[in-house]
Amino acid sequence: MSLLHLAIFSPFLMAIFVPFLYKGLKSIHTGWFVLALPILLFTYFIGFLPITRNNGTVEKSFDWIPSLGIHFTAYVDGLGLLFALLITGIGALVVLYSIFYLSKEKESLHNFYVYLLLFMGAMLGVVLSDNLITLYMFWELTSISSFLLIAYWYDRERSRYGALKSMLLTVFGGLSMLGGILLLSIMGDTFSIRELISQAGELNQHPLFLFALILILLGAFTKSAQFPFYIWLPDAMEAPTPVSAYLHSATMVKAGIYLVARLSPIFAFSSYWFWIVGAIGIFTMFWGSFNAVKQTDLKGILAFSTVSQLGLIMSLLGVGAAALHFDTLNDNIYIAAVIAAVFHLINHATFKGSLFMVVGIVDHETGTRDIRKLGGLLSFMPVTFTIAVIGAFSMAGLPPFNGFLSKEMFFTGMIQLVNLDLFNLETWGMLFPILAWIGSIFTFIYSMMFVFKTFSGKYQPEKLDKKPHEAPVGMLISPIILAFLVVLFGLFPNLLSYSLIQPAAAAIVPSLVGPGELLDVHISHWHGFNPELWMTIGVIAVGTLMYLTLSKWIKLYALFPGKVTLNALYDTSLYAAERGSYTLTKAYMNGFIRTYLVYIFAFFIGILGFTMWTRQALTIDTSNLAPIGVYEIVLVVIITAGIFTILFAKSRLTSIIALGAVGYTVSLFFVIFRAPDLALTQLVIETVSVALFLLCFYHLPKLNRHEERMGFKLGNLIISLGVGAVISLMAISAHSNKMFESIASFYVENTYKEAAGKNMVNVILVDFRGFDTLFEISVLAIAGLGIFGLIKLRLAKKGEEADEN
Amino acid sequence: MLVIAMQVSLVLITIAMLGFIYRLIKGPTVPDRIVALDAIGINLVAMIAVLSMLFRTYVFLDVILLLGILSFIGTTAFSKFLEKGEIIENDRNH
Repeated sequence: MSLLHLAIFSPFLMAIFVPFLYKGLKSIHTGWFVLALPILLFTYFIGFLPITRNNGTVEKSFDWIPSLGIHFTAYVDGLGLLFALLITGIGALVVLYSIFYLSKEKESLHNFYVYLLLFMGAMLGVVLSDNLITLYMFWELTSISSFLLIAYWYDRERSRYGALKSMLLTVFGGLSMLGGILLLSIMGDTFSIRELISQAGELNQHPLFLFALILILLGAFTKSAQFPFYIWLPDAMEAPTPVSAYLHSATMVKAGIYLVARLSPIFAFSSYWFWIVGAIGIFTMFWGSFNAVKQTDLKGILAFSTVSQLGLIMSLLGVGAAALHFDTLNDNIYIAAVIAAVFHLINHATFKGSLFMVVGIVDHETGTRDIRKLGGLLSFMPVTFTIAVIGAFSMAGLPPFNGFLSKEMFFTGMIQLVNLDLFNLETWGMLFPILAWIGSIFTFIYSMMFVFKTFSGKYQPEKLDKKPHEAPVGMLISPIILAFLVVLFGLFPNLLSYSLIQPAAAAIVPSLVGPGELLDVHISHWHGFNPELWMTIGVIAVGTLMYLTLSKWIKLYALFPGKVTLNALYDTSLYAAERGSYTLTKAYMNGFIRTYLVYIFAFFIGILGFTMWTRQALTIDTSNLAPIGVYEIVLVVIITAGIFTILFAKSRLTSIIALGAVGYTVSLFFVIFRAPDLALTQLVIETVSVALFLLCFYHLPKLNRHEERMGFKLGNLIISLGVGAVISLMAISAHSNKMFESIASFYVENTYKEAAGKNMVNVILVDFRGFDTLFEISVLAIAGLGIFGLIKLRLAKKGEEADEN
Repeated sequence: MLVIAMQVSLVLITIAMLGFIYRLIKGPTVPDRIVALDAIGINLVAMIAVLSMLFRTYVFLDVILLLGILSFIGTTAFSKFLEKGEIIENDRNH
């Protein structure tokens, strides 16, 4: 347990104290206490920057379950640190924002901050774990805390629906990921990511490799809202806005990105990885931006925008995988994609966080987030408008903001893909830059919509619940800081180059970066007149044109039928699964004991018959048989006659008497097989049970006492014959397969010598194996007490009812 | 000689028993069957007696005594059941 571990666990520890602070210090907003922690953690993590600058790492480990090879190894390298800084930094800003966003009087703040701190700790654990099992544990914790946060207003139906949906999808992915992790650990015999990376070459050849790859990617794609699993993200917008800003733009949805980046060194040599990550990423980028344009809710726009931007980062990571196919850093143009991915990751967290906070302010101050009701807010909220412009223009990829730089680098990565001669890219490779370009146009359009539909145009006071005015200063601090960062990184991108981006990118492609070597990360605004620039100019030109004619073609979206969306697919499949399992269960669980007995016996015949058949267990050995006497034959005839009488008797009384006859004949068998004690017991027990049967018979209700012969059912006949045949065959085979001598001779010799008795059966019952007898006595006692209880309790109840009446 | 006599008697007892069993199965009324069952019990007594002579053992003599008692108790119980509809009279039932 080191300070680093303490830092990861500190949010959990803090979460324990939050309810006490909330209850104890009612006058102060609980958020102020919470705020200190992420700030502290942020400064703590800043302290690692000098180490990771030169690709150094910090590793602290303590044993969790050492016998299973599960250690909690905290590992800080460039990638982990970048995420840790995002989590704590944006976490601090979000907590600050939430202090002003959530009312102290109306909201249950203790719940909110406990969930938020749980999430923060879980997220730190995900990005700083080297052990895959601890990573998975924290991964699921993020799912659970996200579930809690989405359903924070649990009395709203939409919140619960969104929480359930995100839970189902992310936990589905999480479980797949666990499968992938286990496969990886089987292949590499370790849970440590770094040890797995060092064996990446051998893992590639393993037959399980592809399964592990797909399962892990399922986890990453569901968490990061990639196509087709993005559907939970727009519904998660029912959460309070600070949550949306924190979880669903800056941190949790990037956990999948983190996972892909972290495991790239293991999987990226495979062409499957390249194709799946790259193609799904670029398609998600296009699809998200395309769908964002038709949204009318500001948070809906931002949700789809997040989906789209995550797709962008994912596709860059996919393209970056191509870099690993080259041995050296020289002339390795694909490394630029990795750098772009890391850079855009930072940029997206900054501008998307600020945009969500802007939406929160607009919602807070006007009472609505619907862009059809909003408009003309510019004069009321100049500061908010400025932040929105900075954020949205950065999102659209306009200079001089940071989004412009990463968008340019994105285009560079996509264009270079066309030149790649790996993985059959000559044929389909062109689709990447084309989809990227079209997606960027739509990104431009919805970014413009976000700003201008909200802040310019006609002011419609009649549609608003409140009179809009500028937000309080406290609410503006966080978005202002983020917007300032957007501009800062836009103007001076190289502030980040060597401190954050270089180590993070180096961690994604470790095999390329030798010790003491640094990746060349230099980001500049001006590249000269290259294709990327023309693409950006094209995006702006076409985007502006399309935005101005938006009202003309927005109707196109209505042409898509509403029923063939992924949401409808999710809803219907959930409904169908529920109905289907209900119908299925109802079909075989029909409540009749007779049916269940049929299942049991049919299964019995099937499994035993099958085993006997496949194992060739059926052997008939006649060498060890005793001669059959005439008495035995006679008794068998009698017992058979008795049994058939039971089966075919018309009256129940006849059946009971015939059953008695069978029992007595069995006792006769005991006599001729020389078992006097058994014969005695059998006689008494038979008499008593026949008397009991008569008792039951007497108490049958009059209505049901119709004396009918049992109905005949062919199925029952077959099953009963089957059970009889299987048991007979088993008995014959067992007798034919006698492998050992009986141990009976010991008893014969020692009954008198050791136990001072001459009756061997009784000596065995009470001396050699007296424990069995003891517990059979208990069984009898339980049965007796049970019967007594059944009768007495029923009577007592009757008495009570009588008293009440 | 004695063994042959015993075997013959066993066969005879068995034939008698089969007759009783025929009555037990066929027996148009319940009392017919009960009487048959009672006779089977006594037949069993005889059979076990002969068998224990054949086996040259006296451990089955207990069985004979028990059978005699049980056969009596069983027949009495059945008869009472037919007569009164119950075996042990209990105040609860009235």
